[in-house]
Amino acid sequence: MWDYLKLVVFGLLAVLTMYLASEARDLAYLVAALIGFLSAVVAFIFTLRHMGGDPTPKTGYMDAPIRIGVILTAFWGVVGFLVGTWIAFQLAFPQLNFAWAEGYMNFGRLRPLHTSAVIFAFGGTGLLTTSFYVVQRTSGARLWNDQLAWFVFWGYQITILLAATGYLLGATQGKEYAEFEWYVDWWLTIVWVGYLLLFLGTLMKRKEPHIYVANWFYLSFIVTIAMLHVVNNLSIPVSLFGSKSVQVFAGVQDAMTQWWYGHNAVGFFLTAGFLGMMYYFVPKQAERPVFSYKLSIIHFWALIFLYIWAGPHHLHYTALPDWASTLGMVFSVILWMPSWGGMINGLMTLSGAWDKLRTDPVIRMMVVSIGFYGMSTFEGPMMSIKAVNSLSHYTDWTIGHVHSGALGWNGMITFGALYFLFPRLWNKTGLYSLRMVSWHFWLATIGIVLYASSMWVTGIMEGLMWREVDAQGFLVNSFADTVAAKFPMYVVRGVGGVLYLTGAIIMAYNLWMTVRRAPLAREATAAAPAE
Amino acid sequence: MEGQDTYTVFRAFADSWVLLAMFLFFIGVVVWAFRPGSSRIYKDTANIPFRHEDKPAGDGDSPGAH
Repeated sequence: MWDYLKLVVFGLLAVLTMYLASEARDLAYLVAALIGFLSAVVAFIFTLRHMGGDPTPKTGYMDAPIRIGVILTAFWGVVGFLVGTWIAFQLAFPQLNFAWAEGYMNFGRLRPLHTSAVIFAFGGTGLLTTSFYVVQRTSGARLWNDQLAWFVFWGYQITILLAATGYLLGATQGKEYAEFEWYVDWWLTIVWVGYLLLFLGTLMKRKEPHIYVANWFYLSFIVTIAMLHVVNNLSIPVSLFGSKSVQVFAGVQDAMTQWWYGHNAVGFFLTAGFLGMMYYFVPKQAERPVFSYKLSIIHFWALIFLYIWAGPHHLHYTALPDWASTLGMVFSVILWMPSWGGMINGLMTLSGAWDKLRTDPVIRMMVVSIGFYGMSTFEGPMMSIKAVNSLSHYTDWTIGHVHSGALGWNGMITFGALYFLFPRLWNKTGLYSLRMVSWHFWLATIGIVLYASSMWVTGIMEGLMWREVDAQGFLVNSFADTVAAKFPMYVVRGVGGVLYLTGAIIMAYNLWMTVRRAPLAREATAAAPAE
Repeated sequence: MEGQDTYTVFRAFADSWVLLAMFLFFIGVVVWAFRPGSSRIYKDTANIPFRHEDKPAGDGDSPGAH
């Protein structure tokens, strides 16, 4: 009965999206409608072919979407790093903005593609996948609903496709990290509500009396992203058949909403979500419980209460009222405390097992990741201080700061989680090659160091050049002077990106070979579901 | 004019009672985390990741289920 209902829904969706495609006012919307159509058709055929399948209730953990998820995480990572490295060289060598690809492949179109690919495709798929894994293991329960899990998983991938094609074809709201247009916003909202229900449903049927701290972080990530996403994307479509929409807020209110969103996307997507990863995978890989569970509780609540106020530091010296900008600065500085509390908790989990750093490159990766978390959460509060910000804002220092957090913290902890998950999900004794993990580790680490240090130099340099005045009070440098002076550092940044990308490709190969070649751990115990 | 009033009312409320409530909640969380006997409970809680690795609790034998 349920299968018939699904067929009807998918059939109607296919007709609807076909109609939308026929009415489309612009290319981005047309492509989006066609993606929707294809997805509905594939879902329809899949449902049809699996109708009347075995009705026995499923037992064991639901790992099928996790297996696809870890593969896609590695894939999106390589894609996102590739685009990032490419646009780094576009900045160094503007000739790489080819005339024949103008309007599709120039820096302006590729930049949101890069940021969304690494944050939402690589990071988001990683978060979704690991949260599915962690919530099941720490609850001792299968995911609440199989069909809903598949919907959330593929629904999120469709979001990524819609967003990516939209950017290349020029559909953007012009809001940083929230570029995708209204129809993608609506779709993501539906998927996200499903995600929340799935996560809560699984927690409800948990067998452990206590909800493990990693789940608290994952849950705060899901809830807060829902709130931020809805408020920051309050916009009215110009036409139901076109991609353009108009924001409800205007002027400084819009700017404040945007950076309330933007900074909390950092806080709850790139921090809280990934802290969920840290609180599960670091203890697992170190084979010892987290250093202090009390500290983890205080870490959680302090982070939740403080992060949400820090957004105005993105708008120092703008039309934003002084009190709001000071408030943002003060909370950013206070935020240093819970951040370092979390860092200490993660690092000290290894106390008594530091020798593992010599033998296990995966734990080394996780430790460096936590180290970068500590460094970027020190750098961030410092840059949010108005006096420092007057030098650092609008310069490459900001870019360097973001990347020491993103490449160092988010990237490395995700790599660590992938190295942990692959052998377990395919029931292998271990990874294909630990030497390759070491190579990945060093390439990525050196890549980040090149990236961050070149951006410090160029950022501080251009900040100083912008404010340099002569004896008469005239500005000494033109903007073009600073651009010319940055060239060598831009090349170094690009090289750092190449190293990081190479490491990720080595990882992808290593993980692939782990699935293909590494010996099986046991004779099909976890793999085969109990009959 | 009416919108301005609503703003002022909300603003005053947020600045006073809500701020106090959130602050007390946070202090409460800290006190709760350090309540007597919590160490023993959290020692068990911190070990959750090391149970139910392969299959859900209740699916056949599961060591460490309480």
